[in-house]
Amino acid sequence: MALLSVEDIHTAYGLSRVLFGISLEVDAGECVCLLGRNGVGKSTTMRSIMGITPPRAGRVIWHGRDMTGAAPHRMARAGLGFVPEDRRIFAELTVWENLDVAARAARRPGAWTIPRVCELFPILAERRDQRGGFLSGGEQQMLTIARALVGNPELLLLDEPSEGLAPLIVDLLREKIAELKAQGMTILLAEQGVAFSLALADRVYVLEKGSVRHAGPAAELREDHALLDRLLSL
Amino acid sequence: MSARRIPWTLLIFLALLPLPWIGSRYQTFLGTEIAIDALFAVSLNLLLGTTGLVSFGHVAYFGIGSYVCGILMKTYGLPFVLAFPAAGLGAALFAVVFGFFCVRLTKIYFAMLTLAFSQIVWAVCFKWNAVTGGDQGIADVPFPNMHWMASLPYVGDLNINGRFYLLSLVLVAVCIAAIGQITRSPFGRMLTAIRDNRERAAFIGLNVRAYELSVFVVAGGFAGLSGALYGIFNRGVFPDYVFWPKSAEVMIMTILGGMNYFWGPTVGAFVLVWLNQEITNYTQYWPAVLGSILLILLFALPGGILGGLARGGAALRRLLAGRGDA
Repeated sequence: MALLSVEDIHTAYGLSRVLFGISLEVDAGECVCLLGRNGVGKSTTMRSIMGITPPRAGRVIWHGRDMTGAAPHRMARAGLGFVPEDRRIFAELTVWENLDVAARAARRPGAWTIPRVCELFPILAERRDQRGGFLSGGEQQMLTIARALVGNPELLLLDEPSEGLAPLIVDLLREKIAELKAQGMTILLAEQGVAFSLALADRVYVLEKGSVRHAGPAAELREDHALLDRLLSL
Repeated sequence: MSARRIPWTLLIFLALLPLPWIGSRYQTFLGTEIAIDALFAVSLNLLLGTTGLVSFGHVAYFGIGSYVCGILMKTYGLPFVLAFPAAGLGAALFAVVFGFFCVRLTKIYFAMLTLAFSQIVWAVCFKWNAVTGGDQGIADVPFPNMHWMASLPYVGDLNINGRFYLLSLVLVAVCIAAIGQITRSPFGRMLTAIRDNRERAAFIGLNVRAYELSVFVVAGGFAGLSGALYGIFNRGVFPDYVFWPKSAEVMIMTILGGMNYFWGPTVGAFVLVWLNQEITNYTQYWPAVLGSILLILLFALPGGILGGLARGGAALRRLLAGRGDA
């Protein structure tokens, strides 16, 4: 049984419909990537799974339980760690306070503690008492990932982690995410950056206009450039 | 936290303690009112500044506190030591019921519902003659028994107003210290996270409504305690204490002092009460003066008085540092 399965979800913001029957599965230990250009529904898929924008139809099954429409804090406590796009840290709290709030809020004690995420991202230990709003873009992104990790999630939802960051930082982030994957973390990644996502993913769903256009192993796309071009050029 | 904090509550308390001995009767009287209003404003700021909840109906809990204390002391003859905590508990209890509905809404709808509940409380206080005395209110609420203070050194020389000032100051200081402790606790950090962004707070696992209800109840309870003191201070409890202009007044105090600062509401209470007294000596158009002050404040000092002082201080430091380099 899949850890997470999303069954034919339809989601809309008011009258504007964004998702038209997306289905996908994530197994424990996998890194699954949602690939597609801006506006195809990657973020909305993540927000639907988290319950921030609940789907109008379809189901979100987590550990075999129907969690469709559950409040975001219930999803977080059930083990989903969400890293939204745009690096949404708490700007008025310090780095340490951001992590402390998240660790307490998720109510999931486990292996990921504040010292351990600081081992993964040493810069956070250096910036411990700085306000979140004063961090650089890359530091904020690391803090957002660390904030999700201290909740000890079973599945990490990463929405466009490389967006708007300098190439050096993007490389560093890819290494860190690869490190998380190697440690057995299950990851659902949404990305526009093809190189970034194919380097990390085991399986790929290519989205287009709110539906799944292609699903398959990442290796297939890594080798077949013609297929990749055809899928992403449209 | 590792850094040593300045114990502001204690310092301010100690600085204000000698007022009945060195100040006039009038100043002691003003000081009592400022202390009580400061607690009311600090309790509102738990919602406004700390959590980002705009309540237009905070006066309901202030008023409930003053009625509970007044009724218990006047009608039932209970001592202050029982009536005072009962006022806080009573206000908190109403805050649980009203807050349960209010936190289901956000932004302006939340604000309007808090206002609606406060108007319901006002209507009940205004009309329920048998219990609240209707528009006559409850006159002659007795002072607490303060004879025991006579045995304290120096305090024995003070008249009853001086003693009540000391009693109020001690109680207000303890309450403000407790609110400060709450603000700095993990619970307080959760509230800051909610103010920063409700959605983010929710998806890291915070039950935002539960936290909002908790802080609503805590703020209501402290407002009730300040209301209890206010009724005794004015020697009576009247429907005006639950009427919406008092909600506006306490909000103006909070914003005037600076809602992003813990001591902002206290500074605002001091300035507003003092200005009110001074200006009404010269003109009967206090509301017009108040309006002008607000206008200047909102355009020139968006962070309130403390925000303005902080910016001025930073500019001064930059200036001095610039000179040092040259």
